[in-house]
Amino acid sequence: MGELRLMKGNEALAEAAIRSGCDAYFGYPITPQSEVLEYLAREVPKRENINMVVLQAESEIASINMIYGAAGAGKRAMTSSSSPGISLMQEGLSYIAAAELPCLVVNVNRGGPGLGTIQPAQSDYFQATKGGGHGDYKLIVLAPSSVQEMADFVRLGFDLADKYRNPVMILTDGAIGQMIEKVELFEQQPTSGTIPKPWATTGKTKDRERNIITSLHIDPKEMEKINLRLQAKYREIEEKEVRYELFKTEDADYILTGYGLSARICKKVVEIGREKGYKLGLIRPITLFPFPKKLFADIATRIKGILDVELNAGQMVEDVKLSVDGRVRVEFYGRMGGIIPTPEEVLEYFENTFLKGD
Amino acid sequence: MSETIIKREEQEFLEEEICVAENLVYSRPKTLTDLDLHYCPGCGHGVVHRLMMEVIEELDIQEKTIGVAPVGCSVFAYQYMDVDMQEAAHGRATAVATGIKRVLPDRIVFTYQGDGDLAAIGTAETLHTCNRGESIVIIFINNAIYGMTSGQMAPTTVPGMVTTTSPYGRDVKLTGYPLKITELVAQLPGTYFVTRQAVNNPSNVRKAKKAIRKAFEYVQLNRGTCFVEIVSNCPSNWKMTPVEANKYVEEVLIPFYPLGDIKVPQEESK
Repeated sequence: MGELRLMKGNEALAEAAIRSGCDAYFGYPITPQSEVLEYLAREVPKRENINMVVLQAESEIASINMIYGAAGAGKRAMTSSSSPGISLMQEGLSYIAAAELPCLVVNVNRGGPGLGTIQPAQSDYFQATKGGGHGDYKLIVLAPSSVQEMADFVRLGFDLADKYRNPVMILTDGAIGQMIEKVELFEQQPTSGTIPKPWATTGKTKDRERNIITSLHIDPKEMEKINLRLQAKYREIEEKEVRYELFKTEDADYILTGYGLSARICKKVVEIGREKGYKLGLIRPITLFPFPKKLFADIATRIKGILDVELNAGQMVEDVKLSVDGRVRVEFYGRMGGIIPTPEEVLEYFENTFLKGD
Repeated sequence: MSETIIKREEQEFLEEEICVAENLVYSRPKTLTDLDLHYCPGCGHGVVHRLMMEVIEELDIQEKTIGVAPVGCSVFAYQYMDVDMQEAAHGRATAVATGIKRVLPDRIVFTYQGDGDLAAIGTAETLHTCNRGESIVIIFINNAIYGMTSGQMAPTTVPGMVTTTSPYGRDVKLTGYPLKITELVAQLPGTYFVTRQAVNNPSNVRKAKKAIRKAFEYVQLNRGTCFVEIVSNCPSNWKMTPVEANKYVEEVLIPFYPLGDIKVPQEESK
């Protein structure tokens, strides 16, 4: 068993970065995730044999481009921010995805749009899963729903990034980032990953041609070829990397679905709903891209309806609807602007509104 | 001089011992690839590319040098420079270079950027990189115009200069003043060597090479940013012949952007 600690989500994530052999963190303060940079700035200098670079950049724009440079140099690099800061990083993320650089970006989602609020929200789902920046590209998106997963998904995220040469995003929210829970920490990794990076710009030695990291391909034939290669990679990721959690779905008449914080709420709704005699189950997508399309398509034929719960105006629900393709009724319940509904409120909606649509 | 005299001089020249084959061939540095440059005739980019690659060859640092190319006419710099390179987003080259240098501190990292890239969209990254004293070389090509997008006003376009977005001449009351960013970065404690050079005539080309060489030598001391501005030209978008363009550099740009070292290491100035 690994080391047990009581930790804040953001701090568990930062500790996991150190333990994953992250070589460089570049970031800019923004609520509700500033603890990540603070923790690393405080802890890294104390650790012997840890040479991690921790640098506060002048902006999120600079942070993401420092990640580009460090990842291009073959190192494990990460940054974290919250919604407005993540918006500033979209240009860089598009370049990173196009240049196929492995890295980890964390979005501790807060309510928007605009400057919004510092309270938790899930309103950046579209931005995270549909590209976010310009061009046809995808991030691998992991959605933790506990402090434990905040830690575990850092290592998983780095490994997936290296494996597919693709940026990975951990999409979480202010509540998961700020909540304190028990976490079992994995051991310090001796190296920053085992996958060789012969493409990295480390200096052109005599035994090889020069390495170039670029996303510029003026010839449309070449650009199309690269797009096709990227799309093939995304299909492979969809085939191999779907992750989700099921809770009491075996005998369920109705499925609740949500990710991260809303899934935690839904789990409670399933429990109190079952006490009242409703056969509820929960599907919690863990990878938002790749989305568990097949799972929803398969289950659609044997249930009476799906209630999708999110802390936004209805974003993941579009993927749920596309997946079930009209085979079952899908409804949405959401709160916005930093409001977190109680399980009772969700159950009340289920009983008094959702069921009436049957 | 009559033709017969020229012929006689040529004959005498060729008979000298110095005229052996290897001295007569003006060869390409091995650090420059064999591709034809895409730059317009008379453009300064090719000259500066060559100077940098000569320096990298002479200092024998090809194996530990990593470059960062910008967005602008020199977006394809990585096709010509035979070193590992990264292509940055517009304005972000020094942030990318920071990322590289921080994780590979024993390497020599340079950026190559135009005026729009370095002094407009990338001003924040430029100032903060210099202010942090990142030990990288920044080569800043200032030709007072946006070349790649066909001749719009740059942050360094001089007052009265005609561009496609200042068609009646740059009116500083409307568009603000040219940004002398090189003087600005020289004020920052993080810069170690700051100089402004030009490549409009052979004498200036030689001086520019010396400055570039110094920058690549100094940067290996890891004492801060080495910043070399090169006042260059843009015959195509200035609508001039290469000869006229180099004359314009001499008569208009250099008086506004005076050449010479702006900040030299204290050891040297003593």
